[in-house]
Amino acid sequence: MAIWCPDWPVVAAAAHLGLSVQLPLAVFERGEVYACSTMARVEGVRRGMRRRDASARCPELTVLERNEASEIRTFEDVLSAIEEISAGVAPVRPGLCALRVPSRFYGGEKEAAAVVAEHLVSAGVWDFRIGIADGIFAAEHAARRAAPQDCWIIAPGGSAAFLAVLPIGVLENAELVTLLRRLGIRSIGDFAALTTRDVLTRFGQVGALLHRLARGLDTRPVVSRRPPLDVNQRVAFTPALETVEPIVFSTRQTAERLVAELAHHGLVCTEVRIEVVTEGGWTGSRVWAHSRWFAASDLIDRIYWQLQGDPAPEPVCELRLLPESVESLADHGEGLWGSALNEHVERGIARLQGMLGPEEVLAPSLQGGRSPRDRPLLSAWGERQPTQRNPQLPWPGAIPPPAPARVFSTPLPSVVLSEDHRPVRVSNRGLVTAAPAFVSIGEDSELIPVDAWAGPWPIDELWWDPAQARRVARFQVTGVDGSAWLLVVENDQWWTEARYD
Amino acid sequence: MSVVLTMIEYMFDYRRVSPAATPSRINELQQRVQRMQGSAISRTLESLPGLSDVIQLRTGEAYAVDSPSLAMAMVAGASQAGEWIGIVGAPDLGLEAAAGFGIDLERTVVVPHPGELWLSVTAGLLDVVSVVIVKPSVPVSAQQAERLKSRLRIKDAALVCWGEWPRSDATLTITESSWLGLGRGHGRLTARRVVVSIRQGGPVRRVSLWLPGIDQQVAERNDTVVPLVVAQAG
Repeated sequence: MAIWCPDWPVVAAAAHLGLSVQLPLAVFERGEVYACSTMARVEGVRRGMRRRDASARCPELTVLERNEASEIRTFEDVLSAIEEISAGVAPVRPGLCALRVPSRFYGGEKEAAAVVAEHLVSAGVWDFRIGIADGIFAAEHAARRAAPQDCWIIAPGGSAAFLAVLPIGVLENAELVTLLRRLGIRSIGDFAALTTRDVLTRFGQVGALLHRLARGLDTRPVVSRRPPLDVNQRVAFTPALETVEPIVFSTRQTAERLVAELAHHGLVCTEVRIEVVTEGGWTGSRVWAHSRWFAASDLIDRIYWQLQGDPAPEPVCELRLLPESVESLADHGEGLWGSALNEHVERGIARLQGMLGPEEVLAPSLQGGRSPRDRPLLSAWGERQPTQRNPQLPWPGAIPPPAPARVFSTPLPSVVLSEDHRPVRVSNRGLVTAAPAFVSIGEDSELIPVDAWAGPWPIDELWWDPAQARRVARFQVTGVDGSAWLLVVENDQWWTEARYD
Repeated sequence: MSVVLTMIEYMFDYRRVSPAATPSRINELQQRVQRMQGSAISRTLESLPGLSDVIQLRTGEAYAVDSPSLAMAMVAGASQAGEWIGIVGAPDLGLEAAAGFGIDLERTVVVPHPGELWLSVTAGLLDVVSVVIVKPSVPVSAQQAERLKSRLRIKDAALVCWGEWPRSDATLTITESSWLGLGRGHGRLTARRVVVSIRQGGPVRRVSLWLPGIDQQVAERNDTVVPLVVAQAG
């Protein structure tokens, strides 16, 4: 049995934005129509059409961008609705799922389809069609033929005959379909009439597989998904608690239960969402990641930090622990000789984080960038790294090594003077007005005579984005006292970015 | 009788005994005392090949340096040998330079703003790491230094202070420094020649170093050989 929800990308996007599917809507991917609503189709919008053409056909068209994650998430509701009445649902793609027909239980295929349909309607899914056939491929096309909320049944062994009349385009392999059309094969029946051997030698494994589908020999088993574990834990406090310590103390058992429950399934949690709900309905929520996995004491730490860092304005009445990502224990198990060192490090650092706050203990790494200030990447210990610039790319304009030993977190305002004590400037063409002769680093500091200098190395960064565009030029300067500095000039103002100390 | 007298004289003869009491001998005896007291035994941490004859970090000891480059170069060898490094109170320490000296950032913990808690943070970090680079925001009192020192001995770790440290086991200062590779309007910084003076027990030693050299490595400098490229660029 295949259950097909037509135009699922549109349904999902509309549900996401709170629009009605009765409006003319179209979901675009890479500037082309990916799916459209019935109203839009009536107006002449077709799949693969460009945005301008689609808007010309239907001026009141609402344009939506494709969001695959939201499609999958929305389809999850449909899957769980089906799972309530029949185990073993296999999601094929968002908008299409398959299951073995529970006909014996409901007394026939038609009856089973009616039960599923009734249940889906009561769950709030309106537009779906059901097809029943020997294989998934035939069932999907049977569903396409069915009326909304109804089913189309192909008798056992009738798949080949049903498929034969369909156009060759339904195979959904653009390359092969074009080739077959040029060979004069217009329908699935024509394709199925070829001998298996010819197809295999001419079109390879992919062709042979599609040939099997065309002959109605779809033997792909319905691989049912395992329903996701419900391991979320919650603690309710009656009466509501105000101070942090009793909350943390009362959550201890729940945290232990969560870890034990996961361990029972051979899983560990590497990312957890902690939600704090107060009497007045205020909700504080934060995702915490762990570089290894959460033990009960780690969870307690995170709850404590969250309540400390983001205190609830009112007494707390509920606390929820929702594992965001769980992984197999086998991937995280301890080595045969133990991993005592890392565990020891984690525990020590957790203690420091408890002392200073989680954002004060950092793990360093390097990323790409032109300024020495852009290159180090510091992230809170145990947190997932934010998206970083690739350090392997060349980054033209970056200063070659050695890197400066001191990089000032805020650049120091500086003054650079020429021999006759006039400020040195950099012209629009990237030339200095005079050779630097004196430099003073930081406000109101004394002038140091310049021993050697090099530059300007102009950088015109992000010029296409007026908000972030920077036009700067960098200089390396050494003083007669042996100190070396990295200076940058922007709009005639000099700054010291770093010191080679 | 006279023989006995001579023996007794020898016993109190200061100059006869002193040649044996070299610093290494004293260290050995100190270790033996520590071992008898049951506290941890000091061990030598790995150092960069170029620095092994200049200074070798030992656990349980505290060092004071006046240059971040020197601090990073001193701990880089230990980091490469698999030890964990902690950096406390130095938000402007160039981590790219640290990686350049050979510090493995994967095994580095940074606490840039410990504030007034710097002493307890450093003490807590000693549970985790073998070497700490610390830059105290306020002058360190002798009492604080002594407390941390005993902690270093127990936790089998070393401390490198970027700044002053009362009664440090060694104090390293850069007395001369010159950068090579930069001309008047051309070139770029490539290598640095420094003279480091080391006060460690006995008289002050002076060592010439590349920090770093033209190949980005730290090495002892042999003044007779100047790389040709450097001579041209300078």
